[in-house]
Amino acid sequence: MFKILKKEELSDLVTLFEIDAKDIARKAKPGNFFVLRINEQGERIPLTIADFDRGKGILTTVFQKVGKTTHLLGSLNAGDFISDIIGPLGKHSPIEKFGKIVCVGGGVGIAPIYPIARALKEAGNTVISIIGARTKDLIFWEEKMRNATDELIVTTDDGSYGRKAVVTVPLDELLRGDKDIGLVIAIGPAIMMKFVCITTEKYNVKTIVSLNSIMVDATGMCGACRVEVGGETKFACVDGPEFDGHKVNFDLLMARQRMYPEEEKIALEKYKEKMEVK
Amino acid sequence: MGAGKSEEKKTKARVKMREQAPLERAGNFMEVPYGYTSDEAVEEANRCLTCLRPACRNGCPVEVDIPSFIKLIKDGKFIEAAWKVKEKNALPAVCGRVCPQEIQCESLCILGKKGEPVAVGNMERFVADYEAEKGEIKVPEKPKPTGRKIAIIGSGPGGLTCAADLIKSGHQVTLFEALHKPGGVLIYGIPEFRLPKAIVEREVEYIKELGVELRLNTVIGKLYTVDELLNEQGYDACFIVTGAGLPIFVGIPGENLNGIYSANEFLTRANLMKAYLFPEYDTPIKRGKKVAVFGGGNVAMDSARVALRLGAKKVYLIYRRSEAEMPARKAEVHHAHEEGIEFVFLTNPTRFIDDGKGNVCGIECIKMELGEPDQSGRRKPIPIKGSEFQIEIDVAIPALGTRSNPLLSSTMPDLKLNKRGYIVAEEGTGMTSKPGVFAGGDIVTGSATVILAMGAGRKAANAINEYLKWKYWDVSNLPKS
Repeated sequence: MFKILKKEELSDLVTLFEIDAKDIARKAKPGNFFVLRINEQGERIPLTIADFDRGKGILTTVFQKVGKTTHLLGSLNAGDFISDIIGPLGKHSPIEKFGKIVCVGGGVGIAPIYPIARALKEAGNTVISIIGARTKDLIFWEEKMRNATDELIVTTDDGSYGRKAVVTVPLDELLRGDKDIGLVIAIGPAIMMKFVCITTEKYNVKTIVSLNSIMVDATGMCGACRVEVGGETKFACVDGPEFDGHKVNFDLLMARQRMYPEEEKIALEKYKEKMEVK
Repeated sequence: MGAGKSEEKKTKARVKMREQAPLERAGNFMEVPYGYTSDEAVEEANRCLTCLRPACRNGCPVEVDIPSFIKLIKDGKFIEAAWKVKEKNALPAVCGRVCPQEIQCESLCILGKKGEPVAVGNMERFVADYEAEKGEIKVPEKPKPTGRKIAIIGSGPGGLTCAADLIKSGHQVTLFEALHKPGGVLIYGIPEFRLPKAIVEREVEYIKELGVELRLNTVIGKLYTVDELLNEQGYDACFIVTGAGLPIFVGIPGENLNGIYSANEFLTRANLMKAYLFPEYDTPIKRGKKVAVFGGGNVAMDSARVALRLGAKKVYLIYRRSEAEMPARKAEVHHAHEEGIEFVFLTNPTRFIDDGKGNVCGIECIKMELGEPDQSGRRKPIPIKGSEFQIEIDVAIPALGTRSNPLLSSTMPDLKLNKRGYIVAEEGTGMTSKPGVFAGGDIVTGSATVILAMGAGRKAANAINEYLKWKYWDVSNLPKS
C-alpha cells in the first residue's frame, strides 16, 4: 500500500499527487515511469514520474482524468492509499551535455518534461522550453518550468493564455532562427509529438519522444505496448518509452491507443452512475 | 481361475475424474474436472501393483515418494499421504493439475505397458485438496536459524519451490515478485478453469507460513540491482528464476493491428487482471467472435479455451505441424477438442488483414507439408506453394513462445548469457558466472514447464545450501553458451 501525502488540483481535469514511495523515489530518474493499480478490481496503468525527492522518499505524479481509472484516482485524497505502485520502469532520459536543447511539453506532458528539462540544464545545456495546452486551465507548472529553463514559451490553442498557437509554431520559429539547436525532446499527446517530429525533420534536428502506449505488466512480458520504430516492433515499456521520434509510426501508436473505445465508455459511464448514486 | 482373476485386476481401467460437460464448461471459468472422491482415490490407489522396484519415482523432477503416498491412500490415510507428498513437493495441488504426468512418473508405470498407468497426478491432486479441505495443514517445525539470507527473484513455481526448501534449512528467505500477486505463471498464465487461483493462493500461503518473506511489486534490476541485494542488503546468495520473457510475434505484416494479442497479454488480462469479469474488474479484453490462436503448446490450448469462454462462436487453433507433433499436455488437447476448438493443422499464417480502421479482420494462411526432421527431432514443416487461403477473424493470439527478457540481465554486465540472451548456468546446480548468483527455470532453459522450473528450484536450493557452507565458487564446468 502506498500513501498519498499531498493532493493538488492543477485544473478541473489535472491532478497532482505526492506519494510516499521511498525506494522508487531513490531510484527514479528523469524519463522513467511507473505503473499503478488502485485496488483489487483495478487495471494497471502507466503514469509519468513528474518529480522525485530522494531525501524525503516522495514520488510526484501528474495525471489527467480521462477514463474510469484516472477519474477514480482523482477522487482519492491525501491520506488515502493506492494498492500497488511498481517502478521505476523504462529507460531513463539521456542526460548529457548536448548544447542547445528545446523541451516541448503538451498538456499533461508538461509534468514529465519538467524533470528532464531541469536535469539537462543542470548538466550544462542551454534549455528552451515550450509548454502548451488546449486552454488556460490546462497549463500548470509555469513557474517551475521558468526556473528550470533558460527561456520559456507558453501557448494555448484557444489563445486564452500565452500565445495563441499550437506548440509547433514557436518551435518552427526557434529552429528556423537558431541553427545551434541540436536536440528536441517532446512529450505530450501522440498527435502533438507527431507534428513536432514533422517540424523538426525539416531542419534535420534529432528529436526524442516519450510514447504513452497501453501497458499491462510493463516489464516486457505482454507486448501490449508494442510500437513500430524504424519499421521494427519495439516494446515501449522496456525498449523505451523514449525513442527517436523521426522513426516512430505515430499513426499506429494512435490506433493502438484507441483499442478499447467501447469498453472505456462502459467503464466510465458505470463509474459516473455509481458516483451519482452516492 | 486364480491367475485369471489377478489378470483381470491388472488390466482394470483407471478411475476417470468426473468433469463438467464440455458444452456447459465452455461457457464458464470453473474448473473442468471435479477431482476424486475418497472412494475413487482408494479405488485408483488399489490399481497400483506396489512394485518392488518402483520406476515412477525416477520420472518425478522433484522426487516425490510416489509409492509411499499411494500406499497411504490405500490405507485410507489421506492426510498422511498429503504430508508424504509435501516432504518433496511444496505445491502438490498445482502439480496434480498441471504436470505433464504422461511423460514423467506415469510414463514409467508398469501398468502402462499393457493398459493405462496409475493416475499419479489425479491422486496427488486428491490428497492436496483433501488436506486443504480438512484444514489440517501441517507446518513443519521451524528449524534453527542459520543467520543466512537468500534472495529469490521471481515467485513462480521455481521460486516457490526453492524458497520452501531453503526456509526448511533454517535460512531467511525473501521472495521478490515484479507483479502485484505472487505465483508467476500459475497466476498470470494458467487459466482459472485449469488451475483455480484460490489453489495457488493456498499454496503460496503455505510457503508464507513456513516463514518466507514475500515482496510484491518489486522489479529487481529496476528497484534494486542484484549487486545491491548482495552487497548492501546483506543477502548471502541470490536465485534468479524470473521465467518467461518477451513474447514472440509471428513476424508477418499487420502483427500490430488492434485485436492481436500475444498469448502472454491475452492470458494476463484474463487471469491476473480478471478481464473476463469486466466491467466489475477494470481491465478490458476484446471478446472476439471468431478467434485464431497460433501454436501447439499448452499456452495455445489455454488461450483458445479462454477465448471460447469469453464468448467466441468459433476458435481456430492453427498449428504448422500435425497433431502428433503438438507439445501440449494430452489432457488439454483432449479437452480443447471436446469443447469444440477447431484444429487447423499443417497451416501457417502469412499476413494479417486490416479492416481499414486499424483492427484485424482476417488472416491469410498457407498450407504446410512435413519434410525431414529438424534440430528438435520433429519433422520440419514446409509451405506448399500457391495454397494460400483466408480466414475471417476479429481476434488473433500468437502463442509461439518467448525470447529472453533483458530487463534484469542488462543490469548485470558480469553475468554470462548465451547467444539467445538466456542466463548460462550449470546444469545440476544453477551456478552462474557470478559468485553467489544462481539461476534456473525458463530464464535459463527457455520456455518449459511448471515442474521443470520446480526441479530447477530444488537443485538450486541444494546447491545454495552447499555454497553457504563453503562459499566456494567453481564454475569451470559452466556450459560454453
